[in-house]
Amino acid sequence: MNEIALLVAATLASGTPLALAGLGLLLNEKAGVLNLGAEGIMLVAAIAGFAAAFTTGSDTLAFAAGALAGGLLAAAFGGLVIWLNTNQYATGLAVSLFGYGFSAFVGVGYVGKKLAESSPFEVPLLADIPFLGPALFKHHPMVYLTIALALAIVWFLYRSRAGLVLRAIGEAPESAHALGYRVRWVRLAAVVAGGALCGVAGAFLSVVYAPLWVEGLVAGRGWIALALTTFATWRPLRVLLGAYLFGGVTMLQFALQGAGVNVASQLLAMLPYLATIVVLALISRNPAWIRINMPASLGKPFHPG
Amino acid sequence: MLRLEARPQPSQAMALVSPLIALVLTALMAAALFAALGKDPGRGLAVFFFEPLNGMRAVSEVLLKATPLITIALGLAVCYRSNVWNIGAEGQVLLGALAGGGVALWLTTQGIVLPKAVAVPLVLAGGVLGGMAWAAITALLRDRFNASEILVSLMLVYVAQQLVNFLVFGPWKDPAGFNFPQTKTFDASTWLPPLLSNTRLHVGIALALVVAAAMWVFMFRTYRGYQLQVGGLAPAAARYAGFSASASLWTALMISGGLAGLAGAMEVAGPLRQLTPHISTGLGFTAIIVCFVGRLHPLGIVLASVLLSMMLIGGELGQSRLGLPNALTGVFQGLLLILLLACDTLIHYRVRLARRIPA
Repeated sequence: MNEIALLVAATLASGTPLALAGLGLLLNEKAGVLNLGAEGIMLVAAIAGFAAAFTTGSDTLAFAAGALAGGLLAAAFGGLVIWLNTNQYATGLAVSLFGYGFSAFVGVGYVGKKLAESSPFEVPLLADIPFLGPALFKHHPMVYLTIALALAIVWFLYRSRAGLVLRAIGEAPESAHALGYRVRWVRLAAVVAGGALCGVAGAFLSVVYAPLWVEGLVAGRGWIALALTTFATWRPLRVLLGAYLFGGVTMLQFALQGAGVNVASQLLAMLPYLATIVVLALISRNPAWIRINMPASLGKPFHPG
Repeated sequence: MLRLEARPQPSQAMALVSPLIALVLTALMAAALFAALGKDPGRGLAVFFFEPLNGMRAVSEVLLKATPLITIALGLAVCYRSNVWNIGAEGQVLLGALAGGGVALWLTTQGIVLPKAVAVPLVLAGGVLGGMAWAAITALLRDRFNASEILVSLMLVYVAQQLVNFLVFGPWKDPAGFNFPQTKTFDASTWLPPLLSNTRLHVGIALALVVAAAMWVFMFRTYRGYQLQVGGLAPAAARYAGFSASASLWTALMISGGLAGLAGAMEVAGPLRQLTPHISTGLGFTAIIVCFVGRLHPLGIVLASVLLSMMLIGGELGQSRLGLPNALTGVFQGLLLILLLACDTLIHYRVRLARRIPA
């Protein structure tokens, strides 16, 4: 019983960075921009967050540093693909490769460093409920903020005027342009916001989840988050659910090991990646369904006038 | 105010000049970074761009590192020209290394000593098949399930690395290796023959150059190569002409998977001579940069491989001679690709000084 509570707790914690990054990428893609640089952005933000937490001891500043680093790198990406019309695949890939190298370079001095112990957070009263308390109510505040964020994004995309403009630009940039909306600036805003969320996700990994810095800490979560948007057929709440599902698969390997299943740890470590591949194949199986849900201008450059 | 003006036709000259501009900009940024780190910028640049070519021995090391880069990038160029985004060459390299290394290890543990002319081709063929098999997963999922080849091939890199770890930490570990995660050293009969005495350079570089020539013929002088390029440039036109998109996908991925696998096998039968968890240190990713810097052209790829190989060795030299972190290479590689993509804008646009018209 207690093990199950811990497994649920671990699933929520490991799903949170995926959800944050996935929601950020969803915003990008709803505006028509595919950011394959997520992995690199998360890495740079992870080391920025870790460095901030290490120097100041404040989680909040760490998240701010992560969001800032992520937003800046995403802005560079956005400038290239939105104004210079560079290929979105190649540019995203370049940002990922740069982010890997840059974070490794900046992080050299932080390998093996420990963060100051922070006091664990508990939701008052609710945390004392047996089973549910340890499973759901003893998390870092960011775990709850992520759920709130998903709801906020639902409201923003489907209930606010700005969200409608964003979606219109993702579906038909030429029409939105003809109506007088500033397609490029809205796209840039979406890319920067998405990058900042990927940044918070990166900082969560290095400051709360790990908490440490090693080269390549993000370990493919940026790419899994990219797969999540397809998996969720570009719906925010499904991104959240998908993130917890993948978080659960990540935790499953530890649960299986704990249960004494006699399979080599390296084989179990393949699970999240294999799960991503299988789920991606199952979801993408029906091209018509993907076409209906995918923002129509996703990945395509926009030339005004 | 600066303004971009579309050119009536893409500029051929700019397509060739743009990598050079990007390289110069990368070098300038590198110099600034060296200065910021308190090192002499001139000395830093020399370590990255001159010392790797200083002397026969140094040149042989550059060519040794360029060998897998050329091989992998040639295959990737076929993919990118056909608009198939295989970014998981790293995984295909690892599987090639496992398959080729597996053949060599089996011969070694069975005590079978074949003539080099038989053993080496066996190892390399194993590598090609291993890489192709790994790429086939991506091709199958793209073809039958419409799954993004970008994400699938990339995810398979992580799976491949865990597979390598599993084998060298587990079943394939050398029992007499003091518990280090590594296999036995392969029997000498499976090693690639050296090309120059007293260096590590092996015949693989010659093989890579032969492959480069063959790829040039394939891409620019065969009907199949033409079909692939049309499919990449104008998918609708290719469909109208009756070229099968699925056949193009499979061809591109089998070629690039096979060549990446060959590169992996050449690494283990060349300089490494055993399997460890660190078979490939990002060669499959560096090859992507090579591919773009080399303009997806075989000759360009050979030149770009030498350049990127110099940067890799420069990173090692910078670490040993100047105390710079080796990770700098990754920063420069990433910068080079980002700047290149930015400079490529000049192929399609002209920068114009636009005067504001007074209202």
